[in-house]
Amino acid sequence: MAEAPRSASQRPSQRPSQLPPGSIPPNSMPRGPALPRGTGTILVTGACGRLGKHVVRIQHRERRVIGVDRRPFPDKPKDVVHEQVDIRRKKLKDLFRAEPIEAVIHLGVMHDPRASQAEHHSWNVAGFQKLLEYVAHFQVPKLVVLSSANVYGPQPDNAQFLTEDAPLLGGARFSEIRDLIEVDMLAQGFFWKHPETETVILRPVHIVGAVHNAASNFMRLPTIPTLLGFDPMVQIVHESDVVRAIGRALVPGRRGIYNVAGPDPLPLSHIVKLLGKPSIPIPYTFGRAVLKRLWALRLTTFPAPELDHIRYVCMVDDRRARDELGYEPAIAIEETVRSVELESW
Amino acid sequence: MRLGGRLRAVAPFARRLVDSATSGIDDWMTGKLGEEFNARLARVPLNLTATGVDEFGLDPAWTKYALASVAFLHRKYFRTEIFGKEHVPGGRVLLISNHSGQVPIDAALIGASLFMDIEPPRFTRAMVEKWTQTLPFISLLFARVGQVVGVPENAKRLLESDEALLVFPEGARGISKSFDKRYNLVDFGLGFMRLALETGTPIVPVAVIGGEEQYISVGNFASLAKLLRMPNMPILPQLLLPFGALPLPTRYRIYFGEPMRFEGDPDDDDAVIEEKVFVVKATIQSMINRGLKARKSVFF
Repeated sequence: MAEAPRSASQRPSQRPSQLPPGSIPPNSMPRGPALPRGTGTILVTGACGRLGKHVVRIQHRERRVIGVDRRPFPDKPKDVVHEQVDIRRKKLKDLFRAEPIEAVIHLGVMHDPRASQAEHHSWNVAGFQKLLEYVAHFQVPKLVVLSSANVYGPQPDNAQFLTEDAPLLGGARFSEIRDLIEVDMLAQGFFWKHPETETVILRPVHIVGAVHNAASNFMRLPTIPTLLGFDPMVQIVHESDVVRAIGRALVPGRRGIYNVAGPDPLPLSHIVKLLGKPSIPIPYTFGRAVLKRLWALRLTTFPAPELDHIRYVCMVDDRRARDELGYEPAIAIEETVRSVELESW
Repeated sequence: MRLGGRLRAVAPFARRLVDSATSGIDDWMTGKLGEEFNARLARVPLNLTATGVDEFGLDPAWTKYALASVAFLHRKYFRTEIFGKEHVPGGRVLLISNHSGQVPIDAALIGASLFMDIEPPRFTRAMVEKWTQTLPFISLLFARVGQVVGVPENAKRLLESDEALLVFPEGARGISKSFDKRYNLVDFGLGFMRLALETGTPIVPVAVIGGEEQYISVGNFASLAKLLRMPNMPILPQLLLPFGALPLPTRYRIYFGEPMRFEGDPDDDDAVIEEKVFVVKATIQSMINRGLKARKSVFF
């Protein structure tokens, strides 16, 4: 990061003064020489996802990075430590015990449409609770949680641009998103309960690029299905802009909830046009019925309630991120749209 | 696959056909509406994004055709007369109007007069019912011609970018008045006043005369409306006549009043806000009454 690191003498001022002096948890490990903040070790969960790899690749140039993921990390940079652990396991705690961690970036939210709901819940919620426990116990100064603008949910009565105070209604029609909402809520609770940790919750809009998620997979379809008579405005953001936002969130002193949007919003039909692909308009009721069938037969990865994303608006106002984090998307809309076609590694 | 191939072979011809049709429509439009229409179109202030729509989804190309068809109604069918066009300021403004006529033709005609008759020409933004967003095509058309979902956040954002925002504080109850209650304003919502106070926006009272007689409603079929999840279902005997679906060709008269400015805390009690709203309501009612008195005939 380009920001000047804070000097060590400033460090105590980062800690809130209302904590009683005795409340510093006993930490058996001798801490190394105090590094200026903004240069210490960071721990990234979900490091082997495509977004995780991107974050690791950017961050390891500046500082020590520990990647945590139960998946293997085939072509990882040499100086990155990869711990192949399940975040629900005790072994995660050993990582915190072994060395002082300055920041935790939590990207490890599972949204595999095929994993069972119980597995999802245990991984996403129970695993995240464990992580929060360690962050609190070892007094990690910074926690960045990647949530999503999908927590607001597409609704017919949404404001055109939702602010961070909008209610999280994404689960109302689409129960699979409830885990993510719970993670977001847990992070919010942690933000208030542990002021000694600077908690940043990022809620990016649909991330596209090399990442694989519902939105980018939708854009990779050979023929894009749309809903007859609907053409909502949508926002997409390039993964490197999200990585940039995460970098801005790591800067000492930044805390809070931030929506992250990409370049200007555009109608779904313009995305299809930029992709240069044919599209096929389908009546909503028919489309939903067919998708439900296909889903039941395991022939599609798109659950039927996700159709609302191509029916109603779910856009965010990212003025707060621009003003307070200094975040600015750098990738233009054409490149952002076409990035789904490229495999960058 | 074969069908796809054939479609691809036909596509260039189809595109050429569409292109020639649109240019034909454009020529016809210019012929009917005059060069001035296009000149005014070029002068409308817009904040377009990289792909040529604004952030609410307004597309100038769609708006052009929508305005052209409304222009025909405005000039030829309803022969709208406009009074007080000098009262509409150029910057941010809230147009507060009575609502009438079962179908929101009043909104379209106010929009047409702001574009065709008032300086500088501009696109009027209005707020639409939330349930319209669930309707295919209608939700799309509304968005492309600059109509936004009726939530306060949207209104605030539009005013902050200095748009002209049209609000009908009577809402759905106003538009579906039955004939015996014509030109009597029903209760006003308070939201517009809080919005005006918060954003420091002048309020221009608007009285629309002629709308109440276009469809004669003798009552409201409430249970059917509920069944169809619509706000109301007026009973219109004229629909039984040949061409009865068309509104009667009444003459519209639109009065723009002097801008009103209010000051105070937007988060005041309802009672305090209500007093200010009452001033606006009384102004519009008296504009309507004067307009009705001046009117010699409903149709001419």
